[in-house]
Amino acid sequence: MAPVGVKTARFYFFRNINTFLLGVVAFYSLLPLLYLMISATKTQRDIFTTFGLWFGSNMNLWANLQEMTTYGGGIYFRWLANTLVYSAISAAGATVLCTLIGYAFAKYRFVGRDAMYGIILGALMVPQTVLAIPIFLMFAKVGLVDNPLAVILPSLVFVPGVFLMHVYARQTVPTELIEAARVDGAGELRIFVTISLPLMAPGLATVFILSFVGAWNNYFLPLVVLNSTDLLPLTVGLASWFAAAANNSGGASLHAIILTGALVSVVPIVAVFLFTQRYWQSGLTTGALK
Amino acid sequence: MTFPIHGDVVGSALPGPAMKTSTLIATTDGSRKRRIGWVQVAPYLFALPFLLVFCAFVIAPFGYAGYLSLFKTAMVGGERFVGLSNYWNAFGDANFWNGLLNCLIFGLIMTPVMLTLALAAGLVLDSKVVRAGSFFKVGIFLPYAIPGVIGTLLWGFLYGREYGLISQTLGVLGITPPHLLGNQLIIASLANISIWQYLGYNFVILYAAMAAVPDELTEAAVVDGASATQIAWQIKIPMIRSAIIVVVLFAIIGTIQLFNEPFLLMPMASDVITSDFTPNVYTFFLAFRTMQYNYAGAISFVMGLITAVVSIAFLVISRRREE
Repeated sequence: MAPVGVKTARFYFFRNINTFLLGVVAFYSLLPLLYLMISATKTQRDIFTTFGLWFGSNMNLWANLQEMTTYGGGIYFRWLANTLVYSAISAAGATVLCTLIGYAFAKYRFVGRDAMYGIILGALMVPQTVLAIPIFLMFAKVGLVDNPLAVILPSLVFVPGVFLMHVYARQTVPTELIEAARVDGAGELRIFVTISLPLMAPGLATVFILSFVGAWNNYFLPLVVLNSTDLLPLTVGLASWFAAAANNSGGASLHAIILTGALVSVVPIVAVFLFTQRYWQSGLTTGALK
Repeated sequence: MTFPIHGDVVGSALPGPAMKTSTLIATTDGSRKRRIGWVQVAPYLFALPFLLVFCAFVIAPFGYAGYLSLFKTAMVGGERFVGLSNYWNAFGDANFWNGLLNCLIFGLIMTPVMLTLALAAGLVLDSKVVRAGSFFKVGIFLPYAIPGVIGTLLWGFLYGREYGLISQTLGVLGITPPHLLGNQLIIASLANISIWQYLGYNFVILYAAMAAVPDELTEAAVVDGASATQIAWQIKIPMIRSAIIVVVLFAIIGTIQLFNEPFLLMPMASDVITSDFTPNVYTFFLAFRTMQYNYAGAISFVMGLITAVVSIAFLVISRRREE
């Protein structure tokens, strides 16, 4: 809050303190990731015997990667592929559904609109964990348990996306443009596809990224509805390895394999995150500031 | 936190060439004609796909949990209607209350620490009297992108009693390491994982709200000789009330649905994290270990109701204070 152009000793003093404080919080936030990057290069023995934030006696990353690839009959890449497929389909579907209904809420007046919107946003308060077991029981009735659809279908409901697309449509699609197109005789679907959709594109990207990460990180639903090892996503698969390692069953180097697997699964999501930050922040803050 | 629909809206009966596809129909009194066309039907068609999956995977499961909860399945005789007896059982079930109590303690630790840290970090960044602010911002936000499962496993490694980083470090400093996954500290250790995961998310939300406070307000305060602390307490924090309410609301919802962290760390602390550690862990064990679907349905339904009641109560109280 120092006046522009005046840099007093006091200003530098406070800036150093502030930088230190924010640095401590950032260190706390990055600590587990730092530990992950370092540990993945160690042998199992070094993980337990050497200091966690420094490298071990030798560089063991390649050996760990090789062991990870072959452990459990090479199941790791199967899990990674499952995660990718489930997340991509869920996110694409969720984006389409949210865009359509968000546009309807923003640009049309129709009977039942406010009630519908209220009920959908009310569902933000019902955590998915509460719904997962009833969803499992429903799927058990119709024979969908242990089927990829059991993970994908419920993930199509992405409530924050409805809200986001409603706000984006309202902000980016001018009503006059739609009216002019109507006067020219364009149908509603054509107006949506050729005029509104391109204007809403950045919003679509935000919803896609947020719902993709949500599906990628999902744990409880796949844990409940899937049984076959071949169908699991990474989260459930790695957790099952972790449980085996904690019980000291599953082989001598399972801890090292888990840490390497965790690193490999985190790298793409961190890369995506760093490149698409703009969308994340706009998506998250839109929700909170309205 | 209400989400009123406002702004410009089109689509109410527009006369003219736009209505080529309209059909003219007579209204009941016959004196006026109203057009029913695509403009009226389109919003329902746009909304339909989402509404279908919403009903199938939000409304129906909730209703189904409620329906199941009214029955009891016996080894002999199959399903029979038992009214509210599952709910009476839950009410008198020490396991259920134990889980709720753990959630309460968890929430009482996690919420204030998270809010304080996020607010403090937000205020520091917002003051602009800081170096490398945007680097720190990304760093603090990053854990939000890490899958919760991976984050929990990593903290599990850090917490390990013999080999964990925390024990190692304290050991080097000559301090006897506390048993982080023991009876005394387990809830605090779990709360730390949630704080780590969501601190950055809340920090970004609060910071964005602070950045949206008009500069004139803070400039006027500076001219009047207000200190940085006064500006924070008397201008910034009151101005971002609604963002703070959102943060607390999500903390409450996250607390009630606590499952992943205790469930994942169970193999490391099986003596402390019991099958009734939180209501959600308890429902999971009821449904998948002891196959008590009806009772699990009742507890799911109660947890849904508790979430709704607590959230609405919190919103009503925070709004009343505002007036």
